[in-house]
Amino acid sequence: MAMTYVQKLLARACDKDSVATGDILELPVHLAMSHENAALVINQFNEIYRGTGREPKVWDPDRIAIIFDHRVPAESAKTATNHKKTRGFVQQQGISKFHDVRGDVGGICHQILPENGYVRPGQVLVGTDSHTTTHGALGAFAFGIGATEMAAVWALGSILNVEVPGTIKVVVNGQLPEGVYAKDLILHVIGTLSAEGANFKVIEFHGETISNLPTSGRLVLCNMSVEAGATAGVVPPDEETVRYLRDEAGVEGELELLAADTDADYDRVVEIDAAQLGPQIACPHTVDNVKPIDGIKGKKINQIVVGSCTNGRLDDIEIVARTLRGKHVAEGTRLLVFPASWRIYTDAMDAGYLGDLIKAGAVVCNPGCGPCLGIHQGALGDDEVALATTNRNFKGRMGNPGAEVFLCSPAVAAASALSGVITDPREVN
Amino acid sequence: MSTGKVVLKLANDISTDIIYPGRFMATVLPTETPQFAFADDKAFNQLLNEGGVPAGSFIVAGDNFGCGSSREQAASCIKGYNITVVARNFARIFLQNSINVGLQMIICPDINAAEGDELEVRENKVWNLASGESFDIEPLPAARQAIIDAGGLIPYTRKLMLERAGQAL
Repeated sequence: MAMTYVQKLLARACDKDSVATGDILELPVHLAMSHENAALVINQFNEIYRGTGREPKVWDPDRIAIIFDHRVPAESAKTATNHKKTRGFVQQQGISKFHDVRGDVGGICHQILPENGYVRPGQVLVGTDSHTTTHGALGAFAFGIGATEMAAVWALGSILNVEVPGTIKVVVNGQLPEGVYAKDLILHVIGTLSAEGANFKVIEFHGETISNLPTSGRLVLCNMSVEAGATAGVVPPDEETVRYLRDEAGVEGELELLAADTDADYDRVVEIDAAQLGPQIACPHTVDNVKPIDGIKGKKINQIVVGSCTNGRLDDIEIVARTLRGKHVAEGTRLLVFPASWRIYTDAMDAGYLGDLIKAGAVVCNPGCGPCLGIHQGALGDDEVALATTNRNFKGRMGNPGAEVFLCSPAVAAASALSGVITDPREVN
Repeated sequence: MSTGKVVLKLANDISTDIIYPGRFMATVLPTETPQFAFADDKAFNQLLNEGGVPAGSFIVAGDNFGCGSSREQAASCIKGYNITVVARNFARIFLQNSINVGLQMIICPDINAAEGDELEVRENKVWNLASGESFDIEPLPAARQAIIDAGGLIPYTRKLMLERAGQAL
C-alpha cells in the first residue's frame, strides 16, 4: 500500500509493514524533550509510582532531553526553585542531555536539539512544547504533548494511543523573490489552511523551493505548522538534511532516509508558486489572520522582537545586522534581539553582527524564549504594538491583553526597525 | 445525568494564552492552577475565585478550543472548578491533556447555547433546556475513552507499567 512519509516512518517505528490513517499505535520514543515544565512532569511521574512500592526510574536517561529556556536566568524565586528541583532530578536519574542556564551549552530547546545532533530522520520525538513540530525539518515525526503524557513516556518508553494522522501535502515550486523568506511562506500556508485547518493532521512539505531551502528555513516551516493545528510538520530528508546533520550538528553513523511513495494518498494537496509571494504579516489576534504587507505598511510599532525558536538563527540575525549596520533604530521604537542559542550568539558575535545591532540601538538579550510568551522580559505596555519574528500573536501573548502583536519575517522586522513603522523590506536599500 | 448552567460563552480559536496566560506558567501543580483560570477576563476569574461558579457548570465554545501551547495548566485550571467544556471541536494537544488530567469535555459540533442557558447531558446528546434543542455528542475514539474510564492517564499508566513489570497493583 502506498504511504506518505510519516506513515512510512510510523510503520518502521512500530515494526509493521504498513499503517493507514486512523490506525492507533503505541510508538517507541527515540527522544523525549522537556523545558521548564519538567517540574510538572516530575510531579506527575512520581504520581505514577505512588503506592506501587517501586522506585521512580525513567526508562532511558539517554533518551530524555531537558533544556531550560522559558525563563532564563530565573525571573522569580518560584522559577528558580523549579529549576533547582529539576536539576536534582536530572542528577538523580542520570539524564545526560541536560542544558542548564549556561553560555556554553544553553539556548532554546528547538535550536539545542538540532544543533547538538539529537534529532535524526526517522525518529519519533515528543516534547512538552507545542513547537516540537520544529524537528520535522530533519525528517523526525515530532509533536507536542502535555506534561502528564510525558510522565507516562518517561515511565514506559513509549507513547500510547497515537492515531496515525492524515496528511496535507504542501508543494512549493518557484524561487522566493528577494526580501521574501521561509517565514512569509509558512504564514501564507497558515492563512490558507486556517488555524484549525490541519488539526490532527501532518503537513508534509515538497517541491523545488523546499529542496533548495536550507535547514534553517525548513525549521521555520515545521516550527509554525502547529499554528495551523498540525500534529506535526515534516520535510522528507534529502541531501540538505544530511549536509546539516554532518556539517553543522556533528552527526556520524548511518542515517535512515525514508521517502514518501509518489502515489501516496493525501487528504489535501496545496500548491504554491513561491515566485508570486511577497512579505506576509499575521495580524492580531490569531496567527491565521495573515495579510500581504501592502495593506499594513505604515503601522506605528513600539517594540520589535527578533528571535525565538522560529526566527532566532544566525541567518535571521545576519539579515537584521546587515540592514541596521551603520544606521539607527527609529526613535520611539525598541528593538530586542534574542539569539536562539548561545552557539548562535557567539557565532553572531564573531561575525560582528551583535556589534552592528548594539551600535544601531538594539538590545541584545541572552538566548531564551524571552518576550515571545510574555513571561520573562520585554513585556508590552497598554495599547502598545509589537512586531515580532516569533510564532504567536494571541491576545495577551506578550504579557498584556491590552497590546497587539504582529508577526513577520526578520527582513520585515529589520526594515521596520529603521522606520519605526511596518515597512516592506523590498523598498529599503 | 448532569445538568448545569452555561457560565461562559466563547468564540472560535480560544488559545491557551486566554485560558491560562503564560505569565502564570511557573505555577504548575493542579491544586494551584485554578486561581489563574481565564486570568485576563478579570470578571470571570473573580467569579471563579469567589466560588460563584457551581460545580457542574458549563463553558461553551466554538471551533479549535485550546489552540496554541501544550501547557497542561490550561486543562487543570478548569478541572479545578469541575466545569465541563462543550466545544464544536478541540485543538489536539488540549484534547489529549483534558483526557489525561480528567477534565470533562464534550465534542458537540452543532452546539448552540447562550450564557445562562441550562444544559443537560443525557443519551449522547447535549440538551439546551432553555431552547428545547438537542445536539449530538461526537464520541471519543475507544483508545481515548479507555483513559477517561481509568480515571486519567496516571492511573492508566500505573496499571500498564505494573502489568508490564509482571506485578499486580
